[in-house]
Amino acid sequence: MPALGADMESGKVVEWLVQPGDRVKRGDVVAVVETHKGAIDVECFLEGVIDELVAIGEELPVGAVLARVRVAGESVAEAKSVPVDAAAPPSAVAPSPRATLAVPPAAAAATRSKVSPAARWRAAERGIDADALHGTGADGAVTLADVELAAARPQPAPAAPARVVRGGFDPVLMRQAIAAAMSRSKREIPHYYLAEPVPMRLALDWLRDANAQRPVTERLLPALLPLKAVALALHDFPELNGVHEGGDFRPSAAVHVGVAISLRAGGLIAPALHDVAAKPLDLLMRELADLVRRCRAGGLRSSELSDATVTVTNLGDQGVEAVFGVIYPPQVALVGFGRIAERPWIDSGVVAAMPALTATLCADHRVSDGHRGALFLTRLRELLQHPEAL
Amino acid sequence: MDEAQIRDGVIAAIQAVAPELEPDALRRDRMLREQVDLDSMDWLNVIVGFHERFGVDIPEADYVKLTTLDAIVAYLAGRLP
Repeated sequence: MPALGADMESGKVVEWLVQPGDRVKRGDVVAVVETHKGAIDVECFLEGVIDELVAIGEELPVGAVLARVRVAGESVAEAKSVPVDAAAPPSAVAPSPRATLAVPPAAAAATRSKVSPAARWRAAERGIDADALHGTGADGAVTLADVELAAARPQPAPAAPARVVRGGFDPVLMRQAIAAAMSRSKREIPHYYLAEPVPMRLALDWLRDANAQRPVTERLLPALLPLKAVALALHDFPELNGVHEGGDFRPSAAVHVGVAISLRAGGLIAPALHDVAAKPLDLLMRELADLVRRCRAGGLRSSELSDATVTVTNLGDQGVEAVFGVIYPPQVALVGFGRIAERPWIDSGVVAAMPALTATLCADHRVSDGHRGALFLTRLRELLQHPEAL
Repeated sequence: MDEAQIRDGVIAAIQAVAPELEPDALRRDRMLREQVDLDSMDWLNVIVGFHERFGVDIPEADYVKLTTLDAIVAYLAGRLP
């Protein structure tokens, strides 16, 4: 059972997308696990043949074996008993007041149709009612392949009205999980906080010109520029990017940015955008749009919930000036952005109106100091003065 | 396309992003984004939805005109071919 974030202690498999004998490779979605964050697509991190699967519906602690995978050249008896997904080991779970997690009400589980989130998403994309399809997966589950097959067939007209997709999580359980993770953070992590105003005229002008050339489907959001700038700035500040586990800090070469996404029904998720520093803005925009969509409609992947190396929270939409966050363990830093608004700005003794936002850093004193944090925010501000280079 | 049809299309586009929206509870003369709690990514997806449903191009400079349900319907009515 992968740890899908520091706030998860157990979960249960509600669907297998593979059967014993199936060949799997790294990155394949093999199971759907129900947690307080809703149904999550779990990816395999091994290559081989599925030997054995745990039963559906059993509540299992993080770290429990979900499947046995026989890798090439191995006999049945030697099959590796490994938890699916290379997530954090159970030791990463804090000895903390335990919230009861990942136990969806029985009624909800019973009415849940057997459609994998990936399949449901693809079905919504193609305008297909996934619940009406005949499933060929384990236990009659509708799989991605079933949806592709249905999409290839001519559709009976008119298509059924789009099914109302629910987020698939329980707000009460999510609140308990957030409480547990944030309590752990404030108990274990000595936070320090810094804030820096960032002039945004150059960035907004550049963005306006760029978007004027683009059709609405390819426009970039202002929030994307600070996100990319954070990833680039972290390159010179390894002590802000990584995970702190078992008393040691492990910096990360890649920058996987957890993007805090609030859910309208309450609660939030901060799934990772992978390798943000290495990707162009257009690609990041598509990936961010996809990530937000899957937060709302289901289909988040296990890797997205377990491998963020830093978090960015942007509360500009809600209209606040600045946000002072709480670090999401085992990460060691969180960067916050408020809204972009015109402020009085003094340049060479002259006051003028300037669109600006306040960037904040909250970071872990076990790993870094305010001096380095200040240099990071300065670097971030500088990067945002050269939007064409982002 | 008459005004009622445009309104239905607008509501459908919003519901594609915010499925929990109850159209009857929506006040036509109040700020839409605040009523439905749409963040900037949601809002962009709603505007893409308008573009796809109505085939109109909506320049970014016009986003500020899309305030209430009534304003959106009027704006789209004025731009439909």
